[in-house]
Amino acid sequence: MSIKGKAYIAGIYEHPTRLATDISLAQIHAQVAKGALDDAGLSKNDVDGYFCAGDAPGLGPMSMVEYMGLKPRHVDSTDTGGSSYLLHVAHAAEAIAMGKCKVALITLAGRPRAEGMATGTVPRSRGGTPTPDEPFEFPYGPTVVNMYAMCAMRHMHEFGTTAEQLAWIKVAASHHAQYNEHALLRDVVTVEQVVNSPMISDPLHRLDCCVITDGGGAIVVVAPEIAAKLKRPKVKLIGAGEFVKTQMGGKVDLTYSGARFSGATAFAEAGVKPSDMKYVSIYDSFTITVLMQLEDLGFAEKGKGGKLVADGNLISGTGKLPFNTDGGGLCSNHPANRGGLTKVLEAVRQLRGEAHPKVQVKNCDLALAHGTGGSLGLRHGSGTVILERE
Amino acid sequence: MAESKERKLPAPTPSAETQAYWDAAAKGKLLIRKCTSCGELHHYPRTICPFCFSDKTEWIEASGKGTIYSYSVMRRAPVPYAMAYVTLAEGPRMVTNIVDCDLDKLKCDQPVKVVFKPTDGGPPLPMFTPA
Repeated sequence: MSIKGKAYIAGIYEHPTRLATDISLAQIHAQVAKGALDDAGLSKNDVDGYFCAGDAPGLGPMSMVEYMGLKPRHVDSTDTGGSSYLLHVAHAAEAIAMGKCKVALITLAGRPRAEGMATGTVPRSRGGTPTPDEPFEFPYGPTVVNMYAMCAMRHMHEFGTTAEQLAWIKVAASHHAQYNEHALLRDVVTVEQVVNSPMISDPLHRLDCCVITDGGGAIVVVAPEIAAKLKRPKVKLIGAGEFVKTQMGGKVDLTYSGARFSGATAFAEAGVKPSDMKYVSIYDSFTITVLMQLEDLGFAEKGKGGKLVADGNLISGTGKLPFNTDGGGLCSNHPANRGGLTKVLEAVRQLRGEAHPKVQVKNCDLALAHGTGGSLGLRHGSGTVILERE
Repeated sequence: MAESKERKLPAPTPSAETQAYWDAAAKGKLLIRKCTSCGELHHYPRTICPFCFSDKTEWIEASGKGTIYSYSVMRRAPVPYAMAYVTLAEGPRMVTNIVDCDLDKLKCDQPVKVVFKPTDGGPPLPMFTPA
């Protein structure tokens, strides 16, 4: 049994805001849900499956189901942090393939910027009953940025990856963001500007880090018979994979991510290979995240990602591997500190031919979206989906 | 030069499963959990081996020697500090800090040894300093 060809992405929506001072969290979830259903040509009462993660207010899916007046016969609140929504797309396809629902709605929303959250630089305890790892980690001061930075440090040590190579990832994202009217950072930056920006946690500079933004997005995944009746371009799910990578009882290896396994699973199911991809959306919490995931997904040999991303190779139109053509998390949007959903959105825009003309990939018929959630250096969940324009 | 400075450390919360680890830390000893079924050592400590799932596990005392697997100096903090993974001489890698040194001169694979630092009302934390 496979999900290949069993479900289509029929509707997408990205909230235009990057600062949601006067909108409630639940309101953003509902606004993006409405936007994605409108995009698909469906209505709220067509929804019979609902998917959300820990950014949704309340216990699992329940408060948002009530707020939006949904009547789902299938729900899933799988949470692997920022990658949750890649898993939700796959799980929605599984549920549809099993006949558990026909119209699955996935929502994401958050207001870390309006709330003044120190997203990356302050250690956070979850509160309540400590996780088993917490006493052995939290008192030492792990933050989002320093744990990703340790992956970069080891990658540089083992493979000779340079700060300039990492900087090229940000440079490419900025080239794309200049065309996105909603992007938080629209100025094109240079390698020199990235490596000369203030050091946050060695070796990651300020411009190696993603933005902190409010907003959200939604995706509608539907059964083939529903997709056939809609007027939107048909974007078919042909492969998916997920994995949770940990410290492995003290055998932690910071040089690779769970993408090694989620990617292999997705490519095997889809029956395609990395070189077939016309466009890739790659989670970009930090520049190092992109580099490691590209290696682990098979776009470069382990340790050679620096060469792959350098010299503008990720810039649409001139580079060989166009990525994150909306500007990604590095320049455009990282709503709720969770960037997985927006990865799917830009992949769908590319496959529909609805990306900005300056960054639209010609004949884009195969695309990949991949996310990492949690902490690359502590434990993280990986999700990969492969999409085809029909 | 960024000399490491003392900073206020939050107290770890021992559980029944890990109390002995923290009691030993208070006496200046670093413990590791060993599985007597498969022979593997692991960290953080658990009563059931994460490798073979045997419940035949016991404490052993580590030498306190190791090398820096990776590190990062957190500059955007009231007191900059070095986050690290240290590979213990016995094998397991642990999350820790590198202290009592020039933070600008750290290197991957550098030899280090354990020191214990007091926390805010709890047991001390094992940290490492250049050997």
